[in-house]
Amino acid sequence: MERLLTFDGKGIYCPRADVHIDPWEKVPKALITHGHSDHARWGMGAYLCTHESVPILQHRLGKTNRIQGIAFGENLFINGVKFSFHPAGHVIGSAQIRVEYKDEIWVVSGDYKLANDGISKAFEPVKCHTFITESTFGLPVYKWQNQTAIFDKVNTWWRKNQAEGRVSVITAYSLGKAQRLINGLDPSIGKIYTHGAIENTNSILREHNHFIQDTQFATASYNFKDYQGNMVVCPPSAANSNWVKKFKDFRLGIASGWMQMRGARRRRAADIGFILSDHADWNGLNTAIEATGANEIYVTHGFSRIYSQYLREQGYDAKIVETAFEGERLDSTEEEKIDQTT
Amino acid sequence: MKHFAQLFRQVDETNKTNEKVAALIAYFEKASDEDKLWTIALFSHRRPKRTVNTTLLRTWASEISGIPAWLFEESYHIVGDLAETISLVLPLPTKQSVLSLNEWILSIMNLKDKEEHEKRSFIIEAWNSLETAERFLFNKLITGGFRIGISQKLMSRALARYLKKEENEIAHRLMGDWSPTTTTFSDLLLNEHISADISRPYPFYLAYALETEPATLGSTQNWAAEWKWDGIRSQCIKRDNEVFIWSRGEDLITNRFPELIEMAQRLPDGVAIDGEILAVKEGTLLGFQALQKRIGRKTVGKKLLQDNPVIIRAYDLMEYEGKDIRELSYLKRRGYLKKIVHQMDHFSLILSENVPFSSWAELTNLRKKSRDLGTEGFMLKQLDSPYLSGRKKGDWWKWKVDPYTIDGILIYAQRGHGRRSNLYSDFTFAVWDEDRLVPFTKAYSGLTDAEFKEITAWVKKNTVERFGPVSSVKPMHVFELAFEGIQKSTRHKSGVALRFPRIKRWRKDKPIQEANTLSDLKSLIR
Ligand SMILES: [Zn+2]
Ligand SMILES: [Zn+2]
Repeated sequence: MERLLTFDGKGIYCPRADVHIDPWEKVPKALITHGHSDHARWGMGAYLCTHESVPILQHRLGKTNRIQGIAFGENLFINGVKFSFHPAGHVIGSAQIRVEYKDEIWVVSGDYKLANDGISKAFEPVKCHTFITESTFGLPVYKWQNQTAIFDKVNTWWRKNQAEGRVSVITAYSLGKAQRLINGLDPSIGKIYTHGAIENTNSILREHNHFIQDTQFATASYNFKDYQGNMVVCPPSAANSNWVKKFKDFRLGIASGWMQMRGARRRRAADIGFILSDHADWNGLNTAIEATGANEIYVTHGFSRIYSQYLREQGYDAKIVETAFEGERLDSTEEEKIDQTT
Repeated sequence: MKHFAQLFRQVDETNKTNEKVAALIAYFEKASDEDKLWTIALFSHRRPKRTVNTTLLRTWASEISGIPAWLFEESYHIVGDLAETISLVLPLPTKQSVLSLNEWILSIMNLKDKEEHEKRSFIIEAWNSLETAERFLFNKLITGGFRIGISQKLMSRALARYLKKEENEIAHRLMGDWSPTTTTFSDLLLNEHISADISRPYPFYLAYALETEPATLGSTQNWAAEWKWDGIRSQCIKRDNEVFIWSRGEDLITNRFPELIEMAQRLPDGVAIDGEILAVKEGTLLGFQALQKRIGRKTVGKKLLQDNPVIIRAYDLMEYEGKDIRELSYLKRRGYLKKIVHQMDHFSLILSENVPFSSWAELTNLRKKSRDLGTEGFMLKQLDSPYLSGRKKGDWWKWKVDPYTIDGILIYAQRGHGRRSNLYSDFTFAVWDEDRLVPFTKAYSGLTDAEFKEITAWVKKNTVERFGPVSSVKPMHVFELAFEGIQKSTRHKSGVALRFPRIKRWRKDKPIQEANTLSDLKSLIR
């Protein structure tokens, strides 16, 4: 008997509806969980994503009428298969895609986190039989503190740098982490400057009524005196380039879940690591999976071998599935390369 | 513990020396004497005796975290550090501890004769009252190995500024055989009777390699040249009629060398000689292997003593007539040293002679004899230089001969440890013997990060067989290996042993047929 969803080497495929979810090869019809470049790729015949994701996809893929929006919770029927999008809490517009046909329900979660970041719509558990989960941080050493505590650390660090007459530079990828971080900064300390890739994303999101604190595009017209004591938010790739040199006397911080490990912190030439991720931590993954009530779990990008073995020991029917998704990366991602050219 | 954790984080997360020093000073200003003393000890690899074994720690940590043992081990493999893995997998603490570093250490030492269940409840209680960063340090107190970028030099600088004393004096006081259980902060660093520990050595003066032509050093008039010997750099001390021999690694090695004790007992009292221990039999220099046998044994048998006798080749003198003479010039210090060696007239104490030369060209020519004499080149020393501590540029230079090189074929690769556990970093190389490949050396260092990544990716794809962490690979890549010495060896399959082998470069241009042969390798033996 054919399954409702399969993995056909091009993406997650629904044969009955003839659509793909987050495909990485060119296909006619794509349902997209969220706007990160490893999930929303160029070259599909048509795209369907949440209304919130539409401007993000347009920004990335060019303005075209091939991108259509759908509301969270709205039902869409294709050849009898019922599709609906539910908040994944990962970044603005990110969704889990629920697929139902007869008595079979699947949920493709894309990337997700359970904590409410105040900017993406908070994660909602969706009951299903089969759940496709990421495992970027699927190891018991990854446990996140709540974001208020992390923002306190960031602001304290900013104040200290300011007192020493330095610029604070933080890396965060341009869709999601950057906005979350900006909204966590204390604007009474100083100004917030942004790299072009982030400022572009910010202005698009602001146009669509998302609240993002005031930021200023760090253009060539500013000099060190303007930046001194202030904050600059840039994508990771910019921190490794000449671009960052213009801040002269600065301290560099990295905001990433990978900063949990001392080795990862020390390997980077950063002054400080802030443990902040838009992916679920170990407890988050386990809680999310339990809440779906699913018995069958497909584990994708991340520590899939280890995490699926753990799930099997917990009584789930868990399998690894190879995809082209990347999870959180510390180096330059495709997403930023595209953004910097636009 | 909170202060100590804060200090650790500050020092750990910066590469900037000034900030490390500033963090240390700020810490010293608020820490108790006991905490200060322990901090100095921990950062110089002195830790309390282990009272709980790591197997127990692992078991308890996975129990408390509710994860299976295999998952703990997988996590450990990825994190690369046991203390850190434990600190991360445990659930967040429900209490807060106000105990100081010193109090924690004393409680850990106190576990020594306790029953297993008592140890268990103490450890679990501790974990539940410490934050992740503190827990990590608590675990390190038990497991040891604070690998952190604080050198002895940096510690001395921070203490010198904090105590408003000379860095040299602090460096000297920090050396030797002390532990927080046998001394106090004031005795170690403040009190006048510095000779409380009569064994205390001086920090060695270590030279940088000369990367330019010696002519850049200016007039030959100001410089002395000595042969650079390849033995054990050591410090031979005689005080209060007792003899102490220290290695450069700050190990007390007196008992390994009975013939040197016998010699040193005739030394005048109150001297410290910097010299090289070499294996010399009837005037012939034996290779480093002969010396290695001596270092390897704690008790020295008669036969070994007869077959591999050692001497000291004296370079310098730091203490004379009980006084620290490091501030005097090289010429003056050598004057006293010569006098001592001359008066001793003992076959186990030889002066490292100044090689006479009148131009740099002449010396360059002389240097070609290095290998034949069994030396590694020259040490160049400024005549008016004081005896500094640690690695310093300017007054002393080592001017080594070029290393030997040979092209070998990569046949085994082994994963690194800790931070390098995801990279292959230990490699075994082979040379041709007819149409067979004979492994002849391992080498660890010398590749760039990019090359490490490239070779790791290649090894993963081209593994033929796996034995634990070791992978045998298809013989496909040639590497140029450099080393400082070569000797016959019966312990090695190839029949040779190399001194300080390392990877010089990856010869991507060479097919494996063009790698060297075993007879090429053996022809290098003198
Ligand atoms: Zn994503
Ligand atoms: Zn992803």
